[in-house]
Amino acid sequence: MQQLTMGQAVNQALREEMLRDFNVFIAGEGVGVSIHDNPLMPTAGLLKDFGPERVKDTPVSEAAIAGLAVGSSVMGLRPVVEIMFNPFVTIASDMIVNHAAKLRYLSGGKSTFPLVVRMKSGAGFGAGCQHSHNLEAWMAHCPGLKVVMPGTPADAKGLLKSAIRDDNPVVFIEDMMLYFIPGPVPEEEYTIPIGKADVKRVGSDVSIVSWSKMVGVALKGAQILAENGVDAEVVDLRTLLPLDRETLLTSVRKTGRLVVLHEATRTGGFAGEICAIVAEDALNSLKAPFRRVTGPDIPVPFSPPLERFYIPDENNLVEAVLGIM
Amino acid sequence: MPRKAINLTCKVEYLSILDETGKLDKKLDPSIPDDLLLRLYRAMLLARRFDERMLVLQRQGKIGTFAPIKGQEAQVGAAAVLEPGDWLVPSFREMPSELWRGKSMESVLFTYGGYNEGGYIPEGINNLPVSIPVGSQTLHAVGLGYAMKYRGDKSVAMVFFGDGATSEGDFHEAMNFAAVFRTPTVFMCQNNHWAISVPRSRQSHSKTLAQKALAYDMPGIQLDGNDVLAVYAGAKEAVDRARSGGGPTLIELVTYRMSMHTTADDPKKYRSEKEVEEWEKRDPIVRFEKYLRGRNLLTDAGVEEMDEDVRNEVREAEERWLEQIGKGVDPLDMFDHAYAEMPPSLRAQKEELERELSEKKR
Ligand SMILES: Cc1ncc(C[n+]2csc(CCOP(=O)(O)OP(=O)(O)O)c2C)c(N)n1
Ligand SMILES: [Mg+2]
Repeated sequence: MQQLTMGQAVNQALREEMLRDFNVFIAGEGVGVSIHDNPLMPTAGLLKDFGPERVKDTPVSEAAIAGLAVGSSVMGLRPVVEIMFNPFVTIASDMIVNHAAKLRYLSGGKSTFPLVVRMKSGAGFGAGCQHSHNLEAWMAHCPGLKVVMPGTPADAKGLLKSAIRDDNPVVFIEDMMLYFIPGPVPEEEYTIPIGKADVKRVGSDVSIVSWSKMVGVALKGAQILAENGVDAEVVDLRTLLPLDRETLLTSVRKTGRLVVLHEATRTGGFAGEICAIVAEDALNSLKAPFRRVTGPDIPVPFSPPLERFYIPDENNLVEAVLGIM
Repeated sequence: MPRKAINLTCKVEYLSILDETGKLDKKLDPSIPDDLLLRLYRAMLLARRFDERMLVLQRQGKIGTFAPIKGQEAQVGAAAVLEPGDWLVPSFREMPSELWRGKSMESVLFTYGGYNEGGYIPEGINNLPVSIPVGSQTLHAVGLGYAMKYRGDKSVAMVFFGDGATSEGDFHEAMNFAAVFRTPTVFMCQNNHWAISVPRSRQSHSKTLAQKALAYDMPGIQLDGNDVLAVYAGAKEAVDRARSGGGPTLIELVTYRMSMHTTADDPKKYRSEKEVEEWEKRDPIVRFEKYLRGRNLLTDAGVEEMDEDVRNEVREAEERWLEQIGKGVDPLDMFDHAYAEMPPSLRAQKEELERELSEKKR
């Protein structure tokens, strides 16, 4: 199997879908001519291969970028637009939250908006809270959207291809730290269905539920737990909206314990939703209270050493798990 | 009814006072006192040297990514027009203006060295912190201006932003509010010809950025942004107008980003060396120095002495900074300042980390 980073996997997905369907085009700030002449970045080389009409560098205008996606998608194009960093989605949010998410409903199902908004997220590169702010729970609070947050290169590729083919607006969130970590990606054509979680490690003692960059942390934590005699199951949600309740509940009913791990801040974070579902539908299976391991309720600190304390790590996870064993 | 023209006064001027050889257009001389001229020169030199030093520190891994200002030092001419009670609202390329207004170099190093202290605004200095979301700070400057009017104080808010920022809706909403409410806001657009890898020509179809003022019926002017005298003169006109109740102005400083967008990129990948060389001929410091030498305000010895002096100042600031950070950071500090009073839920999270850290120590 080929070894690709998530950046390369996203790049392959974009390439393949652009070749497959002329309606697919890309727009965003620096998606064509980039300052990063780095083959590991998701849109590297696409301008050269597909030309400036299909790979559009835009002015600095997030609302217009998202609006371009809304308007062009109703005409049947399949835009894949990029918001450079997650916090800047606030500027594009009218288009995404009030329009992309709602116009199908308002049109009585007549109009479809097959668009993808890709955005880079994640702390860990010392750029402070106005660059790093994981807002997936905001997005997941918007009916009409699909919210995808892959944790491995292979998932990113298969899910992005599905997102591009999906007739609904999909918010596709990529953690930048994953751009540079290689992983196996199948050579042959494949897609991964949106709305399907994946059990990344089978275990019997506790369900660790996570997504995006934290899946890697969960797997590391599971390794340490194994050395301590705890057999953890790692459930990678991959899609937050629509949520795969079945995989979640099956796992928790089996293990009887739940720890949710995400990088975003705790209060109002998506872990709350997971815990609520489990409390509603699997409370009787729980042998111990569930736990959340998350970033604290503060903006991401600028300082790299402080940032390391901010981002949950495998030790935080192990401690939380051991606390309910 | 036949079509008829609507009478609009549309005018956009370009003002340059010192040409590339340092020759002064006497008719336009803003008559800046000699000591202020020398202070402006020193501030530009300090900014250049500090910028160079930060690049070295970044390459050594001592500070993180930052946005170099090389070539845009003449902005201090605008900051120099402000009174202490006025407000400076920077983006991320206004280090020279921030220093002029009293921010310390240590504090800049704190910011890019990754310490929250960098955003701290010392008592009595009316600067807002660096703003990362492009163009957003233009709106703050309207709010500041609104408050000034509300309180009846005669202050002014000057907001800096780039050519790229004029593509954001925020900029247009800010301009409209400022014009409708007639706030004492000066919009200072540093057109450095690039927004990361997008050239000015592909950022806006408008011939000038200054002309965007016309749509909001406020004065707009283009200044030679590499000529500190023009920057000073144009900014003074706008600040005086704002202070006397005449409302906002849009100023476009035509300048050039001689260095990289941030230390994370290599501009050679997307722009020609020739373009950079053309702009190097218009270096704002070289030009101003020629002028000052011509007027005998600077001599060879004087320049050398000042450069030495400036380098020392940079070195001393760096030493103070190193000493400060040598004391280390307390992870618990990251919980401070998020709220005026720490909410109980956050206190609990802080205590959780405190426990964890003390357990680790044991
Ligand atoms: C809202 C927002 N979108 C995108 C970015 C990423 N970004 C940082 S600087 C920049 C270009 C800004 O260009 P300009 O306004 O000309 O300022 P300059 O960097 O040239 O000083 C962009 C797109 C950002 N910081 N904020
Ligand atoms: Mg610019």
